[in-house]
Amino acid sequence: MRVGFLHSLIRKEEKLLLEELKRHPDAEIVMLDDRRLIFDLERVPEVDVVLERCINHSRAMHGLRLFESADVRCVNTADVATVCGDKILTSLALKDHDVPQPALRIAFTELSALEAIEDLGYPAVLKPAVGSWGRLLSKVNDREAAESILEHKAILGSYHHSIFYIQQYIEKHGRDIRSFVVGDDCIAAIYRSSPHWITNTARGAEATGCPVTSDIADISLRAARAVGGGILAVDLFETADGLLVNEVNYTMEFRNSITTTGVNIPERMVRYLLQAAG
Amino acid sequence: MPECPVCSVDISLTDDAVVGELMECPDCGTELEVTGLEPAALSEAPQTEEDWGE
Repeated sequence: MRVGFLHSLIRKEEKLLLEELKRHPDAEIVMLDDRRLIFDLERVPEVDVVLERCINHSRAMHGLRLFESADVRCVNTADVATVCGDKILTSLALKDHDVPQPALRIAFTELSALEAIEDLGYPAVLKPAVGSWGRLLSKVNDREAAESILEHKAILGSYHHSIFYIQQYIEKHGRDIRSFVVGDDCIAAIYRSSPHWITNTARGAEATGCPVTSDIADISLRAARAVGGGILAVDLFETADGLLVNEVNYTMEFRNSITTTGVNIPERMVRYLLQAAG
Repeated sequence: MPECPVCSVDISLTDDAVVGELMECPDCGTELEVTGLEPAALSEAPQTEEDWGE
């Protein structure tokens, strides 16, 4: 079986996945560096299955679509990448599947965004619709801050930054939960703890083990199915009214979560990939 | 043996190094990318782009 490994930079996660793939003698690894690929609409590199590990969302989404157009099975699918890569589409998918999430508003102008923030109440969180690793998030504490941030985004940002995704601020008490879903299993979870309100490990949050309770497994699997399923990392907020889904990530990072959870995450991912490939 | 493109220190690659792999210069701490194996080559890793993430 020819396994296409769609990538750009090779980070710790990709090294671990490649090592795992090499343990399967029937899997011939075909490295697909998205910086060197040239597609036309008739042909793609001859592979039986693609494991997507791009660092750029836009390349992953379009690359997957091109491989799927040639009937190549992809993990995750282009549809999953499209939904998870856009917070608005993710929120719609969650809503369509009755998966709880923080209250949110979407607006397209400074004026309507300000009105939406006032409607949600302070503090509120402004997020780019496309973005990751906790970058360019703004906790908006009052009207003056809202006016300033919205003006900066509208004037200094590209048009993407005038698509205002506004989320109710959830008091996390210093931590959130990242769960890992592979197929029909929630295989592991971690707490991400930080004194900062942003608790991404890419921003320095500490990862510690979190037991996969039935509540965590249930909402994680529901969230994963809502976006199309596959290999997904689900970010959860703990609230007095239960868990809420914050985001769903489709090219999940797990370097801090193997030792922490005791689960061989790359082994589970590769097993799923090879099963999916048939 | 390739040099760090920033501080010129000699850097030896591990046996399992692959093209595209990220590493840190042990001397100056610059994030580097392995850009070749035969011969071994290193360049500065690209800067984070707007749609990078997971």
